[in-house]
Order: sequence, then structure tokens, then C-alpha cells
Amino acid sequence: MAQQNGMVEKRGAGHWLTHAGLILGVLFIFFPIWLAFVASTVTQPEIARPPMPLLPGGHLWQNYSKALTSGINAPVALMLFNSAVMAIGIAVGKIAISLLSAFAIVYFRFPGRHLFFWLIFLTLMLPVEVRIVPTYEVAANFGMLNSYGGLILPLVASATATFLFRQFFMTVPDELAEAARVDGAQPMRFFVDILLPMSRTNIAALFVILFIYGWNQYLWPLLITTDPSMNTIVMGIKQMFPSGDDLADWPVIMATSILAMIPPVLVVIGMQKLFIRGLVESEK
Amino acid sequence: MEKRVTFKGVWLPLLLVLPQLVITAVFFFYPAGQAVWQSLFIPDPFGLSMQWVGLGNFEYLLSDPYYRASFVTTAVFSVLVTVVSMGVALVLAVLADRLIKGSGAYRTLLIWPYAVAPAVAGVLWMFMFNTRVGVVTWYLGQLGYDWNHVLNGTEAMGLVVVASAWGRISYNFLFFLAGLQAIPRSVIEAAAIDGARFWTRFRTIVWPLLSPTTFFLLVVNIIYAFFETFGVIHTITAGGPQQSTTILVYKVYADGFVGQDLGSSAAQSVILLVVVSILTIVQFKFVERRVHY
Repeated sequence: MAQQNGMVEKRGAGHWLTHAGLILGVLFIFFPIWLAFVASTVTQPEIARPPMPLLPGGHLWQNYSKALTSGINAPVALMLFNSAVMAIGIAVGKIAISLLSAFAIVYFRFPGRHLFFWLIFLTLMLPVEVRIVPTYEVAANFGMLNSYGGLILPLVASATATFLFRQFFMTVPDELAEAARVDGAQPMRFFVDILLPMSRTNIAALFVILFIYGWNQYLWPLLITTDPSMNTIVMGIKQMFPSGDDLADWPVIMATSILAMIPPVLVVIGMQKLFIRGLVESEK
Repeated sequence: MEKRVTFKGVWLPLLLVLPQLVITAVFFFYPAGQAVWQSLFIPDPFGLSMQWVGLGNFEYLLSDPYYRASFVTTAVFSVLVTVVSMGVALVLAVLADRLIKGSGAYRTLLIWPYAVAPAVAGVLWMFMFNTRVGVVTWYLGQLGYDWNHVLNGTEAMGLVVVASAWGRISYNFLFFLAGLQAIPRSVIEAAAIDGARFWTRFRTIVWPLLSPTTFFLLVVNIIYAFFETFGVIHTITAGGPQQSTTILVYKVYADGFVGQDLGSSAAQSVILLVVVSILTIVQFKFVERRVHY
């Protein structure tokens, strides 16, 4: 029996040690989140007198509704909405422009094709963090401070997505384009009716990765949104701490941290297969 | 690689690449050019005019002890983050790979911190080690250890390293586990028949076969530590105490936006640009290797 070739897999004590090690790892991963969750269910005085309890209290509803409806500088519900607009905007924007340009690069011979390809390639080397001051000036000159456009557009250009779709289009059999051409189909017809449906899984996998990328942005929203009502949730948490020596409103801040984690974590767990696929492919 | 079958037309493809071209030009090339240009000037104290200084900003930077210290800080920080997150991930991946059943369940439990933003991870760890209310701080206090990362630079560095590595374990775990599972069972079993114990098998077979994954992760993690940990630093230490956690990316922000020293910040951007280019080229070389392996 296949199960019997256990000479490599340990039995007995070794087997349990393996589980023990993994459980230890899982606990290390979970502990900070568990504490944040507990802190979001107790009252401020319970936290102010350390040690705080290690089991949840009964104030979950109060803390979360206070965070969502009034927050500290702005209602967290609004920050969640801003984050959703930003994350979806970046993911959809990147995918849309990359699909179009990859289609052009693969299926046409046009002057400047190679130059264009190299221009995109270079953007791989320029993360926002490196060019923040001048990029901020550009956005300010366009009047994009405190706007969704300013949150989204500068992060939309993406070499990774273009390369991914280019690679995928290369594997699409030539016969399909041939047949479309023989039938007299316009290029865009071919793109919409054949290429897009074939790219569905790739698009979905990339969407998962880009949604998380957009949701978790910190530095750029920190610069571009000075108005609390435009804050995204991930950058807004830090703004909830008092600047002086006052004690922070920990239960509300921790409720906000939990709320900030829920959407991307749900995406990762709910779409685990697509997520892993997207991760592995976008790094190739 | 070229497609054999293509469509005719010149205007349509140009129209198709236009959106990406415009966004790239406006938000990538123009600002990057600006950074290079600004790095050659210093603004006068009133910000009314710019004075050409050539490479003066660079000379000043490289002789500035704070900037050099920031280089060292960045190196220490990236190496520690990479080693800690890859080390823990490798151990967990090796353990999960030993299981016949249930490795999928552990994978689900271990991968989701990937979705937690570095800035949120920063807030979580800052809460645990908070000097006034932190749980870990309190228990350390009971044991007689007085934790204070607000005053102690070493403790501050330790905290930002652990907070940065924590969220990164998932990513490394996923790639290590995939790498381990790609190693043919027959090779390992052959060694086991020859009497090689676990540690010998790991050292002589598994580790060498895993090396492409390890190299790849090494480069990717260093890039992560350099550029994507801004949120952790900003939420936990804001670069302090006494700049002991001011990594290069944080310094670009602190000098450019907080200190309003545009010339110096631009020169730092250019230096970072060179660093990230080198890292990207190295990454591509390794990825190339990995494909041909």
C-alpha cells in the first residue's frame, strides 16, 4: 500500500513534534491578531490598567459601532469606503490598461513597439517610495490632492500586469487569430470575444493580488490625503493616535485595525487558489 | 518571441498603448526625471529660486554621518528581516512538507497574514510592546526586564524587525513549501534507504535542490525590507529613537516632506533608484536561472 512507504515520514513522537512545531508557528502568527481582537471588545480602563485581559469582553458592539459611525477624525465606515474605491480602482485600472497594451504588443507590428516595451520594463524599477516628492508635486499640480484620482492614477501604471498578459497571449494558439482574420473579424472583436474570455482566470488571479496591493498602500495615501474624510483605513489608523501624551483610545483603534484586515484577509482565504496562482505568476 | 499571425493597422495599436503610455510618462518618467534634475540644485531659504550645485547634494549626503548611518541601519534591518522571516518560514515549510495529510489546513492558517498591511502589522506589534499598556511589556516587567523601545535603539530595531518579518512569513512559507513539494519523493526515499537520517538528507539533497527558491526569496525579501516596510517604521518608531530605525526610504520621506529639504531628498531618491535598479537586475538574473534550472 502506498501509505506504507512511511520510511521518510516520521511516526510516533516525531509525528507529534511536527504538529507541535506547526501549531507553535500558527500561534505566533495569530497572537498579535488575537490581542487586537480582545482589545476591541473591552473598555478603555481595562486596557489602561495593564495587564489587559486575554479573553474577549462584552463591548464588541459599542466599540465597533463607535468606530464605524464616528471614529476619531472621520467615521471608519467612510475610510473603508475610500479604501475600497482605491483598491478596486487600482486593480481594475491596472488590469484594463495592461490588457490593452499587451494586446497591442503581441498582436500588432507598429512603429515604436520595442521602445514602448522597454519603457514599461523600466517602470519595474521605480517603486512609488523612491520618487515620492516629485510624484506628489505632479499630483498637486493636477489638483489631485484629496481626490480618488490622486489616490488611484499614480499607482495604476504597472509593468508586471502587462508582462503577465503578454506572456499569456503568447501561449494562445495562432489558429484562433487566423480564424478570426479569415472570418473578417475586426481586431477588437477578436479581443473582446475570444481573448478576454480566455484570460478570465488570469484576470481573476491578478485582481486578487492587486486588490490587496491597493488596499494595503500606506505612504501614498499618507501624502495625498490631508482631509480626514479622504483617508484610507490603513493609513487612517495611525492618524487616530493623539499627538500629545494623552492615552490613545485603544478599543476603537484596535476595532479599526481589525476592520482594516477583514476585506483583504477574506479575499486571500476565500480565493486561496486564485491568490496562490496570482502570487506565483506575478513574481515570475 | 513573435506571433506569426498579427493584425494590420498602426493607429489602433497606438491607441491601445496610449493609456499606459500617458500614465507611465506623467507619473513615472516625469517625476523620476524631476528627481534627477532637482538633485542637482538647492533651493534658496525662501524657496523662490534654485541654485545649481552640480553633484554638491551627493557630496554632502555621502559625507553626512546621518545618511551613512542610515545606510548601515538599512543594511542591518534588511538582513535581519530577511533572515528571520525566511528562517521561520523554512522551518514551518519543512514541517508541513513532512505531513502526509493536513498540510493544506496549516497552509490556510499560515498564509493569510500576507493580507495584513505592513502599517497594520506595525500597529499590532506597537500595541503589544507599548510602554504604557502593552501586554508583553507588562509581562517582561514582571520578569524584571524593563522594555522601552521609545528610548532604547536596539529594542526599537528588534521590534520593527519582528513586526516586518511577521507578515512576511506567509509569503516565504508558500514559496518554500512549493519548492519542497517539487522535489521528487523518490530521490529522498533513495537516500533514506541508504540510511541517511533526516538532517543528512536535508543538508545534502533538500537544501541544494531548494537553492533556486532560496535565492529568489533572498532578493525579493531584501527588496521588501528596503521599500515596503515604510508603514511599519512610520507606525512604530517614526525612525527613532535618535534615528536608530531610520531606513533609507524613511529618510527620503522625513527629509523631503517633514524637513522640506528638497535637493537632499531628490539626491537620496536618485541613490535609491540606483539601488533598486541593481536589485531588480539581480532578481531577473536569478529568475532567469530559475526558469532554466
